[in-house]
Amino acid sequence: MLAAQVLINALVLGCLYACIAIGFSLVWGVLNVINLIHGSFIVLGAYLAFALYQTLSIPPWYALVVAAPLFFVFGYLLQRLLLNRVISAPVLVTLTLTFGLDLILNNSMIYFFKADYRKLTLNPPIGSVSLFDVVVPVDRLIATASALALTGLLYLVLRRLRVGRAIVAVRLDRDAAILMGVDVKSIYAIAFGLGAALAGCAGVLMALIFPISPLTSTTFLGKAFVVCVLGGLGSVSGALAGGLLLALVEGIGSATIGPSYATVLSFALLIVFLIARPQGLLGRKGFE
Amino acid sequence: MKRTDWALLLLIGVIAALPLFGGAYALRLGTIACMYAILALSWNVVGGWAGYPSFATAAFFGFGAYATGVLLGKGLPLALAIAATLVASLLLAGLFGAMLLRLRGHYFAIASLSLVEALRELVNNATDLTGGGMGLNIPLAAGSGILADAAFFFYAMWGLLLATALTMIAVSMSKLGFGLACIRQNETAADMVGLNSTLYKSIAFGLSACFVSAAGGLYAAWVHYIDPSDVFDILYSVKPIVMALMGGLGSGLGVVCGALLYLALEEVVWRNYIQIHSGVLGVLIVMLLLFLPHGLISLRWRMFWRKAAHV
Repeated sequence: MLAAQVLINALVLGCLYACIAIGFSLVWGVLNVINLIHGSFIVLGAYLAFALYQTLSIPPWYALVVAAPLFFVFGYLLQRLLLNRVISAPVLVTLTLTFGLDLILNNSMIYFFKADYRKLTLNPPIGSVSLFDVVVPVDRLIATASALALTGLLYLVLRRLRVGRAIVAVRLDRDAAILMGVDVKSIYAIAFGLGAALAGCAGVLMALIFPISPLTSTTFLGKAFVVCVLGGLGSVSGALAGGLLLALVEGIGSATIGPSYATVLSFALLIVFLIARPQGLLGRKGFE
Repeated sequence: MKRTDWALLLLIGVIAALPLFGGAYALRLGTIACMYAILALSWNVVGGWAGYPSFATAAFFGFGAYATGVLLGKGLPLALAIAATLVASLLLAGLFGAMLLRLRGHYFAIASLSLVEALRELVNNATDLTGGGMGLNIPLAAGSGILADAAFFFYAMWGLLLATALTMIAVSMSKLGFGLACIRQNETAADMVGLNSTLYKSIAFGLSACFVSAAGGLYAAWVHYIDPSDVFDILYSVKPIVMALMGGLGSGLGVVCGALLYLALEEVVWRNYIQIHSGVLGVLIVMLLLFLPHGLISLRWRMFWRKAAHV
């Protein structure tokens, strides 16, 4: 029964990992920028959910509706006003710029919210369901379902909407997209805004499960890195596959060789993948 | 040797005179200045000359600190421990470099970043050898006073800086330096004309790691207590990059000036705004990248009274 429990836990956690990574993967794939603020966006989203629940007692699954537009506007403006100025500069410059922005955002969160760990506790608690011997808390199930819904929503946006097709076109071939009349600058800003909105929503869902503190942002960022490399860049299905694989490896690793080595294992896996299969599980070689 | 190389050596010579002017505080600041300069000069080999965005500095700093710490705990003398650390990290980094430097751009940046995480977690878990999260106490050198101790570590770090600078100058004049510049400009073309780019990059990675490790070792011996979150701090990877960007990528004199300026700013910010120091650092980084992307070395007196015709 332990195996079944590990498997179910991995499935639940894997969808959340995918949700964390998907905005990061979108920005990386489309803008070719490694967005180091992503972790802090997630934490900020978690704080938003916490604040909404504490003051107005709005449960987190409704807070998603508030978080998504707020973070979209924030991300859109950040890209338009700051990142856009250096978007064509070498990797080092954009990476260091987002690192600087992350320092600012993270430090202001520590300053205003303090570094204490907080936990959003639902009142009354909603308990857990058990099937045979496998137990899953209901709040986790809700978070997982919402994460899957968000992932599906992004998939639909990229597939069906005009702006989504434009984003994919810019990712496939920037120059050809310009020739077809796509306004690349605004697509960049929209993609970054979408990435930020997804990070904010992921943060809202994280608030249901994990404790909240500005110090956890690097953990989320690390997960996003690993998932992106494992699954492949810029595709929704890749992020999902990467998230599930990472959760499985961590789950099985913790159950067999102990939880303290789970992180080492995931980073070792990352390096192996980077060297052996840099395009990821589902990524296609050829276009970056 | 170029004129800027002489200027670099002169600057390092001036730093050596620091103990004449102040007490323990000046010595502490001077030691950190030398350490930062070593980190920046070392990063410059891979980041500035070969053009690879490496975030592995913290990995080798931490590795050096722990290697020296453990060796000192086993009773080895300091000089021997540092030398062993230097050689070990040269080999280790060469090995890692041969694997990781096949990746380019973002992928290399992430791989080098995850090297820090992986090493930190390993050290965290190898409790028997390193003390794990409890940290590692390093035995005090017997019988010397506080001021003598501070002066000793200042001159040790200074000597290491001098060695680093001389090595870097030698590299920049050699075929290796030329090859690295070729790799930065166009790696595929460099491969085509018969340059063994993997070998060159691995040597560069090793060189950029060994002095950082030695500096980490001296740091460990100097502060007597290290723990994984301190010496594997990702900021040790980022600070050299900021220093190099401040001073001017690729120029030895530039990055050392950047390191000194960075230290001065850091000291002022730490002293006055302890609660928001990392935020201020972030603002500094953003301003720097937006307004002075080529560093201090690109500043000309002309720029202050006449606008450039085209940028």
